[in-house]
Parts: sequence; structure tokens; C-alpha cells
Amino acid sequence: MDTYYNPKDLAHFPDVGEEAPELWNKWLDWYNAVFAEGALSEREKALIALAVAHTVQCPYCIDAYSTACLEKGSDLEQMTEAIHVAAAIRGGSSLVHGVQMRNHVHKLSM
Amino acid sequence: MAKIIPTLVKQGHQLSKTETQRQILEDLPLRLFTEAVASTSHRPLRATGIEVLQINVGKRCNQTCQHCHVDAGPDRKEVMTREVLDACLNFLAQTDIPTLDITGGAPEMHPHFREIVERGSDLNRHVIDRCNLTITRLPNYSYLPEFLARHGVEIIASLPSYAPKQTDAQRGEGVFEDSILALQHLNQLGYGKEGTGLLLNLVTNPVGAFLPGNQKSLEVEWKRQLKGRYNIEFNNLYAITNMPISRYLDFLIRSDNLEAYMEKLVNAFNPATVDGLMCRTMLSVGWDGKLYDCDFNQMLKLGLGPKSPKTILEAKLEELMNRIIQIGQHCFGCTAGLGSS
Repeated sequence: MDTYYNPKDLAHFPDVGEEAPELWNKWLDWYNAVFAEGALSEREKALIALAVAHTVQCPYCIDAYSTACLEKGSDLEQMTEAIHVAAAIRGGSSLVHGVQMRNHVHKLSM
Repeated sequence: MAKIIPTLVKQGHQLSKTETQRQILEDLPLRLFTEAVASTSHRPLRATGIEVLQINVGKRCNQTCQHCHVDAGPDRKEVMTREVLDACLNFLAQTDIPTLDITGGAPEMHPHFREIVERGSDLNRHVIDRCNLTITRLPNYSYLPEFLARHGVEIIASLPSYAPKQTDAQRGEGVFEDSILALQHLNQLGYGKEGTGLLLNLVTNPVGAFLPGNQKSLEVEWKRQLKGRYNIEFNNLYAITNMPISRYLDFLIRSDNLEAYMEKLVNAFNPATVDGLMCRTMLSVGWDGKLYDCDFNQMLKLGLGPKSPKTILEAKLEELMNRIIQIGQHCFGCTAGLGSS
């Protein structure tokens, strides 16, 4: 199927490094360090990544971190709760800007 | 009772033929395992001795798990004969192989299971029972936990997840609940508790077409979850990769995941795992006495190499110690990531 986001394209991600290998390697080192077991477990980091992937709506990240979450021992119930966290913050961030809206309205109103 | 599905053999499924399974794996346009191993210092891959005598006493099981590499189930009739059983235990007695690993099917369903354990134990060997847990909840087998504890048998038990849904999806409806009851009973007998010497190790394998995660990290989470949810303790967690054969191969094909899964296994080939592959220190005996390098080769009917004895009836330790290991594309399942064997 011809689609703009082809799942097989994820395998070509490293090609992005071809024109700027130093920058690519710096990013890759940092990325690998970020996801290593630390104060947070690999499993917890994968759940955060899954939530963020849904927020930035990156299809590659959603596929990659859905798999990563399963591999690191999370189940569908936990993953669903993680994306609810993302959705709640996204929805909440719209709603909380109601304060700005109200500030502006109050300033203009008698 | 777990919900039972017909085995591939019972269905007359094309994958019940082992040559078909091997052909499917070989036909995929992927790097060959022979080439991957040759890229390490192992040319050819050889055994380094025998630390474990693993005997597969039959294919009968009270469960029909979706991923079973044995295609075991209640409808399977294969069972190790008295002659083969005696040959296995005599071979063990004549050697100093330290571990007797009893597997199946549900090995406890073998009519002489108790005798096998007792004779292995009398020889002062470490005895392992590959237990599906639910067998201990059936009336005819309720003696098992106390019996195994009395003989100091290590239990290696399958439990894919600490959550009911995933476990039942892989192993059959109702398996999780019975498994938890079985584990709680084993804990009461001292299994999995520090200082008792009664080892209770769990095996988890992915419920789907993905690889297992970091074993150490998973073990920490599992201990926390099983203790918190069910007050269960255990010693070690083994995170095992699903082998792309038999019923799991059927799942991969049906779910259109075969190529991607095999690609993943091949890309995750880790040369550092080859030194410690289980086939290098084990001898696997089939229900009919035939010899194999591992249980997976056994299920693919990939017997020992041309210069090795073919059955336990004619086995001589010196002819097996340094044998050339038989390999195939399925072997990528044991060399992916941190290794799985």
C-alpha cells in the first residue's frame, strides 16, 4: 500500500545521518543514554515515550514504542493508561489556557 | 480447567510436518544462521561437554498453549517407553552429568514420573521439572508439590505474564487463576523462599510477535507485581524468546508477522551469545530415545550429526562431548539480543 508514512521506512531512519554524521552520532548517543535503565526503569521510560509519541502523533514512534512497551513488560492496560495521561495533558493544556482567555476578557470588559 | 484447542497434529495441519516448518524458515530471504555462526570463532559450532541431560518424556499435556514448540496437548499419544527411560537413567548413572532436566508435554503426566525423579535424586543429581503449574491443581496430580519438595526438585514454571489477560491469551482460559493458586501453594512449602534450597524459577515469553525485554529489569518488576498482587515469591525470572516453530510459527503466519519477526531475530543476532548457547552443554533425548542437541531441534526432528550416536540406547559419552551441533534458521531465536537459552 502506498502511504506517506510507510512502516518499512523506519528501517531507513539512520540514512538521515548520512549528510551530518557527527550530529547524528551525538543525537544517537544521547538518545541511547536517555533510554538506558536509570532512576527510571527501561519499562517506565518506554511508557513515557509511548505517551509522548501519541502527543507528537509520530506514526513511527507509536509503532516503535508500542513494541518497546510490550518487550519491556507492559501490557495493553498499562499502555492505554499511559496514552490517557498524554490525552489528559493535551486536553488540559487547552482548557488551562481558559485562564488566559478569561484574563483577556476581563481586561476588555467593564 | 484450561480451554483446550486441537493440536496441529490433530488438525492435520501442514505445519505438523517438520520438513514444512524448516522449509518455510529457509525460504525467507534472510541471512543464514550457518553464516552468522561462521562469522564468530565457532567454525563449526561444537559441544563443550554435557552439563544437562534433558529428557522429553512425552507430548501429552493438559494445556494447549498458543506458542507451544512441542505442539503438546491432551490428544498427543507419544510417551517415553520403559526401555528408553531405563536407558536414559542408566546413561546418567554411568556419567557424572550433574543435572537431569525433565520436560514434555507436561512431564508429570508420564506414568513413571515419580520413578524418574526418585532415580535421578538417588543418583544425587540436580533434578529439574519443567512444570506448567496447572497440572498440580488436577486431582490425580495434587501430590506433586509435596513430592517435588521432598526430593528437592527445582521447578521451572511457565507464566508469560503477571496479568490474567495475557497469560490466558497464551496458555488458555483459566490458566492464570490456577497458576496463581499453584504458586501460592508452592510458596507455602518453601519453594521460592530464601534459605530453603527449594528453587522456583519462572519463565516468561512474549505474548505476541515481539522479543522479550531485559531479563534483570523484568525480574525486578515481576517480583514487585507478584508480591504486591498475590503475595507470591520466586527465585529467578527467565525471559525467553519464542521459537519460530510449530504452533508459534502458525501464529506468526496467521497474523502476517513471520517475515518481520524473523528479520528482527536475524538483526538482533548477538555473537556474544554463541559461547553460552545451551546446546553446547546439553543432550536432549526424545520420547522415542532419539538424540538431539536441544529440545527445539528435537521438535524439528533435526537429529545429531553423522558422526554421533543416534539414540540413547547406543549413546557413549565420549562420542557426544565434542560433537558438532546441528543448526538451522530457528537458531536465531537463541542468539537474539542478550540470548535466550
